[in-house]
Amino acid sequence: MKTKTPAIPYVVWMAIFVVIPLFLIVVYAFTNFDGHFTLENFSNIDVFLQVFGNSLWLAFIATVICLLIAYPFAYLLAQEGPIFRKVAMLFIMLPMWMNFLLRTYAWMSILENNGFLNQFLGLFGIAPLHLINTDGAVVLGMVYNFLPFMILPIFSVIEKLDNRYIEAAQDLGANRRDTFRRVIFPLSLPGVLSGVMMVFIPSISTFAISKLLGGGLSFLLGDLIEMQFLGSAYNPHLGSAISLMMLALVVIAMLIMNRFGDGEEGAVIM
Amino acid sequence: MKKITAICLALLMLLPLFACGQKEENVVNVYNWGEYIDESIFDDFEAQTGIRVNYNTFASNEMLYSTLKSGGSSYDVVIPSDYMIARMIDENMLLPLDFSQIPNMANMDAQYLHLEYDPQQLYTVPYMWGVTGIIYNTTMVDQPITSWMDLFNTDLTGQVLMFDNPRDAIGIALKALGYSFNTTNQEEISQAADLLIQQKEKGQVQAYVMDQIFDKMINNEAAIGTYYAGDYLTMSEENPDLAFCIPSEGANLFVDAMCVPTCCENYDNAMAFINFMCQNDIVLRNCDEIGYSTPSATALEEMDPEMAENPVAYPPADVLDTCEVYGGLPSSTLSFYDHEWIRICLAKVKVH
Amino acid sequence: MKQKSPALSRVFNGLVFLFLYLPIVVLIIFSFNDSKSRTVWSGFSFHWYTELFHDDEILSAFSTTLTVSVLASVIATILGTAAAIGFFSMKRRPRHLLMTINNIPMTNADIITGVSLMLLFVFTGNLLGFSLGFGTLLVAHITFNIPYVILAVMPKLRQLDPNLGEAALDLGATPWQAFWKVLMPELRPGIFNGLLIAFTLSIDDFVISYFTAGSEVSTLAMQIYAMTRKRISPEVNALSTILFLTVLILLIIVNLREVRQQQAKDRQLRALHKDAAK
Repeated sequence: MKTKTPAIPYVVWMAIFVVIPLFLIVVYAFTNFDGHFTLENFSNIDVFLQVFGNSLWLAFIATVICLLIAYPFAYLLAQEGPIFRKVAMLFIMLPMWMNFLLRTYAWMSILENNGFLNQFLGLFGIAPLHLINTDGAVVLGMVYNFLPFMILPIFSVIEKLDNRYIEAAQDLGANRRDTFRRVIFPLSLPGVLSGVMMVFIPSISTFAISKLLGGGLSFLLGDLIEMQFLGSAYNPHLGSAISLMMLALVVIAMLIMNRFGDGEEGAVIM
Repeated sequence: MKKITAICLALLMLLPLFACGQKEENVVNVYNWGEYIDESIFDDFEAQTGIRVNYNTFASNEMLYSTLKSGGSSYDVVIPSDYMIARMIDENMLLPLDFSQIPNMANMDAQYLHLEYDPQQLYTVPYMWGVTGIIYNTTMVDQPITSWMDLFNTDLTGQVLMFDNPRDAIGIALKALGYSFNTTNQEEISQAADLLIQQKEKGQVQAYVMDQIFDKMINNEAAIGTYYAGDYLTMSEENPDLAFCIPSEGANLFVDAMCVPTCCENYDNAMAFINFMCQNDIVLRNCDEIGYSTPSATALEEMDPEMAENPVAYPPADVLDTCEVYGGLPSSTLSFYDHEWIRICLAKVKVH
Repeated sequence: MKQKSPALSRVFNGLVFLFLYLPIVVLIIFSFNDSKSRTVWSGFSFHWYTELFHDDEILSAFSTTLTVSVLASVIATILGTAAAIGFFSMKRRPRHLLMTINNIPMTNADIITGVSLMLLFVFTGNLLGFSLGFGTLLVAHITFNIPYVILAVMPKLRQLDPNLGEAALDLGATPWQAFWKVLMPELRPGIFNGLLIAFTLSIDDFVISYFTAGSEVSTLAMQIYAMTRKRISPEVNALSTILFLTVLILLIIVNLREVRQQQAKDRQLRALHKDAAK
């Protein structure tokens, strides 16, 4: 049944609620409070390069850590029996059903100077570690919140890998390492790319994690943008300009990753 | 068939807009500082007037300003501080009050009326006043604390809590350097920003906080911080090791007042709420809960002497004389503040 | 695939689970704490649970969150499924363009979606005289949910046998019957998946709600965020525990049903084989 009309309501919806808002951001970015066209919002780039660099760096570390944990986890899990896999997947997703802020809040109690972790270390006579309100705490928060988003796509792809490829490789004389390196890993790349995107983009734009675990000492892109709209330095024009720059960053990241993938990464998480 | 489907889908899309139109009957939307009211009074208000209170909190004057300026919100009563009120009046963001609906205004002590931020007393009714100062844990701090500079010269690493808003943070640094809270000299403001940045880079700062300071000081998470006198009284009830100091250079004397923004949708309910907040018994309950000082002369008369004569809540006149009130600043200075604030936020601990 | 070293892999996976669940366990333990402390244990008490049930703000935020999530996911599923069907029938070029625009809310950072929608709502709000509230919150949630629904339904559409619909029409079914009775059952797993993902995303959302809910309504995430900016009461711990247990129980129930259905199917198959063997 071929019919295009069911899509019309959504096309209208997209025009109003996806395209026009982005257009508004562009308009705000290139105007000032008086409503005149201006480029002044882009003039303080050097200050923002620092924030960009910082956010990029932390997001990068968080993504790498997630990948290093998620890939072996997904790979090992894919080798277990079907019931174990299903139960394990459910338990991976379970924290996602509790709110993201609750998960971040949980780490506050653990990382504080008199928090759970330091009390535990104190039992062994170790002096309290200064953990909270550091970049490390923020990265930890990112990894904790976004790890399931890295695990799910990778696991989904590896689980569905056709066993015949592996058998064929082994028949052709490949040992376990070569099989992994030249058959399994390349085939799992769509899942990896999907996972990387689903961790990197939220990490680079978060502000709740840096506010809760960073204590004002870890100032990221998300904090900077939020500050301009509902925070302590109201300037929606500057905020829009920075959002535009972040948008450009995300687009570039996606273009780079699309060169490695085939454009169907999004479907992997289903 | 297709047409009917398309129409149904279109109607479905319009459903959310109907939800937009639904407004609560008889409610007053209040926006106040965090930890700044005895929330049990809302039930009393509803019992007395039948108006439900929808209560939200903000962390700083600047956040209030951003929320109101970005539009879309519809608060009926907001409670900012003096300098922010001056700015909002200047930018036509407030509605004049109908004092015929606020008879309890007569309770106010005259010395808190016709102040610089609202000279004709058209837009505000004072709520609480107080001073800022240094709060420190006597078991964790060895040196005597007497000056704002003690926050910057301390040996403690990772133990200092600073105000998470530009006016207060830069203000403290200005005072430590001997300048006025209200200077428009950009050189002086830059120096203050540099001092704050140095403090961060040396690793002295644990966090920039507002109400999060309560948990931190009470639980001995941080040794020293700066906040409001009334909050010190609340904290010291739970942690007797804490002490308070109004620094020698002078602290900030502030007045917070109730006013009505232009986005108000329940004006009469706002008047009723403001009037209710000036009732003596309500003032006393609020003071008791939050520890701040009341501008209401009649309430002060009825107040428990132990509280009314507390030198932290009601400092003697000579101490008050050293304190300075925040005034309004010209918009060029305000944008410079924003610029320096971002610079301060970006500063990180420098690893040597 | 052969297993490498079962003990080592189990240990590694176990550690990952430990990492994922440690904070939640700490949250749950301290929800029963007698004092206000979130870090120092001083005795067992249900005090915070009773406080939670008297906290009108949190309860109303919770109900708002549930309402928005259910409404948004249902509406998004309906609109998204219809859109997927429509897109599927388009030529490659227009479909590609529309799918790219469709991907924007998914790949965009939350904060940009939130901020851009806020600008739109405030702008039109000033013109048409409405303020941010439940309506804008709902619209925002639907907007970021629909792309995921489309993404869930599209693969199923691709797997469809193209002749099924034609066959139904040939046999005398009306287009509506062909759709409802032939296509829908095939699409149902994808639609259900989409619904589930939309619901999960709505419940989990913080940033977009933060910018589009305004002053009159609040979601659970916004309430918690506001609470973390002040003195944190272990009420939040009690809330976390209740949420966790609810989801856990739901998942167990759903999966027990599936297991039972699977067992019933297996039994049927075995019975059929027995009959066939006779």
